[in-house]
Amino acid sequence: MTTIPTEPVQPGKASLLYDPKIRGYVYQLALLAVVGFLIYSAASNAIENLRAQKIASGFGFWHNAAGFDVNQKLIPFSASGSTYGQAFWVGLLNTLLVASIGIVLATFLGFFVGVARLSSNWILAKIAMVYVEVIRNLPLLLQLFFWYNAVLKPLPNPRQSIELPAGILLNNRGLYLPDPQLEPGGSLIVLTFLLGLVGAITFRYWARKQQEATGKQYPVGWIALGLVVVLPFFVYLLMGRPITFIYPELAGFNLRGGIQIFPEFVALLVGLTTYTAAFIAEVVRAGILAVSKGQSEAAHALGLRPGATLKLVVIPQAMRVIIPPLTSNYLNLTKNSSLAVAIGYPDLVQVFTGTVLNQTGQAVEVVAITMAVYLTISLVTSLFMNIYNKRMALVER
Amino acid sequence: MTDATTENAAFFVRRETLPQEAAPLSVAGPLAWVRANLFSGPVNTILTLVCAYIVVTSLPEIIRFYFLDAVWTGSNRDACLAEKVGRPVGACWAYVADRFQYFVYGSYPVTQRWRVNIVFAMFALGVVWLLWNNAPLKKLGAFFFFVLLPISAYILLLGGPGAQNLLRYLIIATVALAGVYMVLSFAPSLLGFYTGAAQLAVEHELPPWKRFYRPKRLILMALVAFGLIAILDQSIGLPRVDTGLWGGMTVTFLIAAVGIVFSLPLGVVLALGRRSRLPIIQLLSVIFIEFVRGVPLITVLFMANTMLPLFVPQEWSPDRLLRPLVGVALFAAAYMAEVIRGGLQAIPKGQYEGAMSLGLGYWNMMRLIILPQALRIVIPGIVNTFIGLFKDTTLVTIVGIFDFLRTIEATLVDPTWATPTTRATGYAFAAIFYFLCCWGMSRYSISVERRLAAGQRR
Amino acid sequence: MNRFVSAALAVAATAAFAGGAQAQTGLLAQVKSRGQLICGVGPGLAGFGIPDAQGNWSGLDVDLCRAISAAVFNDPAKVKFIPLSSKDRFTALQSGEVDLLSRNTTWTMSRDTSLGLNFAGVNYYDGQGFMVRKKLGIDSALKLAGASVCTQQGTTTELNLADFFRANKLKYEVVAFASADETIKAYESGRCDAFTTDASGLYAERLKLGVPTDHIVLPEIISKEPLGPVVRHGDDTWLDIVKWTHFAMLNAEELGVTKTNLDEMLKSENPEIKRLLGTEGKFGEAVGLSNDWVVRIVKHVGNYGESFERNVGANSLLKIARGQNALWTKGGLQYAPPIR
Repeated sequence: MTTIPTEPVQPGKASLLYDPKIRGYVYQLALLAVVGFLIYSAASNAIENLRAQKIASGFGFWHNAAGFDVNQKLIPFSASGSTYGQAFWVGLLNTLLVASIGIVLATFLGFFVGVARLSSNWILAKIAMVYVEVIRNLPLLLQLFFWYNAVLKPLPNPRQSIELPAGILLNNRGLYLPDPQLEPGGSLIVLTFLLGLVGAITFRYWARKQQEATGKQYPVGWIALGLVVVLPFFVYLLMGRPITFIYPELAGFNLRGGIQIFPEFVALLVGLTTYTAAFIAEVVRAGILAVSKGQSEAAHALGLRPGATLKLVVIPQAMRVIIPPLTSNYLNLTKNSSLAVAIGYPDLVQVFTGTVLNQTGQAVEVVAITMAVYLTISLVTSLFMNIYNKRMALVER
Repeated sequence: MTDATTENAAFFVRRETLPQEAAPLSVAGPLAWVRANLFSGPVNTILTLVCAYIVVTSLPEIIRFYFLDAVWTGSNRDACLAEKVGRPVGACWAYVADRFQYFVYGSYPVTQRWRVNIVFAMFALGVVWLLWNNAPLKKLGAFFFFVLLPISAYILLLGGPGAQNLLRYLIIATVALAGVYMVLSFAPSLLGFYTGAAQLAVEHELPPWKRFYRPKRLILMALVAFGLIAILDQSIGLPRVDTGLWGGMTVTFLIAAVGIVFSLPLGVVLALGRRSRLPIIQLLSVIFIEFVRGVPLITVLFMANTMLPLFVPQEWSPDRLLRPLVGVALFAAAYMAEVIRGGLQAIPKGQYEGAMSLGLGYWNMMRLIILPQALRIVIPGIVNTFIGLFKDTTLVTIVGIFDFLRTIEATLVDPTWATPTTRATGYAFAAIFYFLCCWGMSRYSISVERRLAAGQRR
Repeated sequence: MNRFVSAALAVAATAAFAGGAQAQTGLLAQVKSRGQLICGVGPGLAGFGIPDAQGNWSGLDVDLCRAISAAVFNDPAKVKFIPLSSKDRFTALQSGEVDLLSRNTTWTMSRDTSLGLNFAGVNYYDGQGFMVRKKLGIDSALKLAGASVCTQQGTTTELNLADFFRANKLKYEVVAFASADETIKAYESGRCDAFTTDASGLYAERLKLGVPTDHIVLPEIISKEPLGPVVRHGDDTWLDIVKWTHFAMLNAEELGVTKTNLDEMLKSENPEIKRLLGTEGKFGEAVGLSNDWVVRIVKHVGNYGESFERNVGANSLLKIARGQNALWTKGGLQYAPPIR
């Protein structure tokens, strides 16, 4: 027998050209060089152009007097004395305001529509389907124009305001709510309300522990209602009705008094809410469909009613599927709130990228700050959602 | 003992038979359907009644406004004013009819609008070619849509000396390429004829013109397209039409098409970059994708509008329409990259390993094995991104481009058609347009999804 | 094949960029070699710069561009008009996208000094005013306490408005929109009680309203708004050309040189007219134009008065009185240095 040489076969020495590692380095270095060159030339062009155009640079404008007015502001702001920096905060807070309210409303509406689309009620399911299909297939900007120009603007002028119950007035200058004023003793009501809220939450927590331990159920809803609504109401009567309302009334051109909600805000809020809700509805529907039918059948077999099945069995499981896309819908809503600029709502983009950019001419700084804000909001939101998502996912075992 | 047990569990155990229930009225037929689906319980009944009330009150009103009371013909606002007509007036479709040309072409010069029409026709051809499943020569279609169409559209829509020069270069280049291929396809057989060493491949059995035709269709098509445009240029002339005059649906489709044509390849590159094992490439891709996805499109457009001119040398100052195009294309690319990444992740590892074991390099593996499968899976996602992109084209309004929505808005301030119902009509028309486009795309994506699912079922 | 495609794309890209591929010589030389003047104008303000249905521009500001084109090319049509919103106008000029901005732009110190721009004169003396509905029954801006006022954002208008109400200690609510169209639409729909912009703009925008006579312009003028053409820093010859084109039109009016009597005037013995029309001296050549540059301007465009009457004055829809814009000899502010 001949012996086969057992010498291991040496892998052929590949030329450096074909070494994947070397190639990788070369590719990366080349890309880095290209990107670096692009950034460098863009920056040097920008510096050159800015110098040629005599545009100031840097963030010195932040402390300069703004000199313009904004109608909706959550912090004091006036043409006299306020700075561009304050204008930034006014815009940012307005963005956050409309986004946060919009997220809450869109979530409720979206869950309702999403569940309605799966409802056994034929007509409800069809209406929900039409709603989702129509809203999702139309540009948001068109919808905002519709709400603002076609729905809110044709409302009557302040002299012929539509009177809604409880002294609320509606006209083409906005929605006017009575302004509650606390008289002496009124703060007690607020205090009771807050205490009631804390009590209700504590009770709910306790009741849940109890239910887990003993299986005994408590009427959490009723007790919470009593603590949060009935108790403060009693205090209100007891203290001799110490809250008075300033009702809006006609003075000159506009209504005076009361809380004014601007039509731009309403249009933006309604537009964002209905638009995002349609997307959330689809997310919810997909999430519910992802829960296997056996789960709800088992729940029914255990004697749970359809409502309880949904609440206790289906939704908690669906949430795991729902949360990631829900997050991106929340972020979309926040980003879409920048369309405010089209209908004159003073959000960050309108105030800062619009007016401030024009008054200062410092496009690079202003656009960079605006983008940084949205990036931060995006990153923070996804961070929180990831944490929540992890907690939800852990339930899985 | 047993007694005690039953005593304790008495809750669940029934001792006597229940009385028989009456037979259900019907379990089939319309009445049963109505009962099961509309009135199955008190809550459902209330919901049904509320919904029915909403439908009954709103639907006839909508039909009345948009159809029965609508005005269909007229030349100015008098036709749509209730006082002048003497009856309640609904939608003023006469206004849409009167301004329709403007909605389609914007301010594009009337005598030059045939150029837009040709581009529209080419666009439609390209879309049908690519989307229709049984269309022949898909590769040719892709070449047409992604290369020929943009170039032809650029030359046709813009015109002027710049475009004519480009056309001349392109024709020269294409003819040169055609010549090279011609020689290449003749040469071997000529050589074989003279040397006698005939290589009898099937390919070489074909007559030379066919041999030229088959693999080199792309060049032939390019030659035909450019030739036709050149003939148009010579006979009718293509004077320059500045982008400031472009508007209406033309611009809307233009932005959408540019977004599609550029975002798809760019998205593929970014997705591959993000999945790359090379850390720097991955990092740069991630930064770009997450940055763009983290900011609103409108800030990207503002950036393109105000900062792009700063980033390039002064004498390059990009055209006003080009800026939002760049912005939209980059924006869409980031979203596209995420969709495609989803497809790449869905490809089982075995496919990669199989490709590598065949000795394919990275690019060949991607081109031949992975991407065809990955892209196929994510067609619905891609179409959905296009729907979003199409809706987002409206945002260019805000940076002063006259897209379709902007032309509607512009006509709303025109006193010629200032009537109480013009606005509702204009928005309804816009809504119909966008709805048809987006809904059509989503239907298409659903049908593709079905077809793909059918393939998966086996 | 791929290389071919990428080369083609590169050519396409360069062609698309070629908006202003210019050598770094004087702007006049660039304009001449380009064969076209690129002029930034308003996006559509009746009387000042507005395109008709065929895309032909007309207006007082447009006439200035046409006059420069006439002076350079002896053809008023060699102008490319680029409509610019108030937000984009300075960037467009700074970046070299347009050769000059003739777009009712207010001359202020900060714009003149810190934006790297030069104002070449005042072709319209304007001031900010208010428009309200007639049926409100008010006759003074001081009675606007508590009113909602619609304005366009990013303009001096917005700042003047704040100043006015602050100075008079009146409360008001500002509603700012990004475009002029949105602003006037909001005013018309009743979102605001008053609409504010330059008085000329008020008259022009009023034409866009359904029933223009339902609205009145209040008498108060709350700011000085000298509107004029703007050029970039750094090319003084070009600045001279723009400046003196405007002055030439004023001088022509002052000396009574019009489109119709141009031929007779060429025979005039008046030394001032001879210098103006280039029959004496070489004033045109001094700025790189031909000596008959004013003849070209007047022949194609007319003098300042003619342009004014045609676009915004008695012969137009706007019917604005000459007022401050009359010649200094007639009690107005329009005063041109002599050509000599």
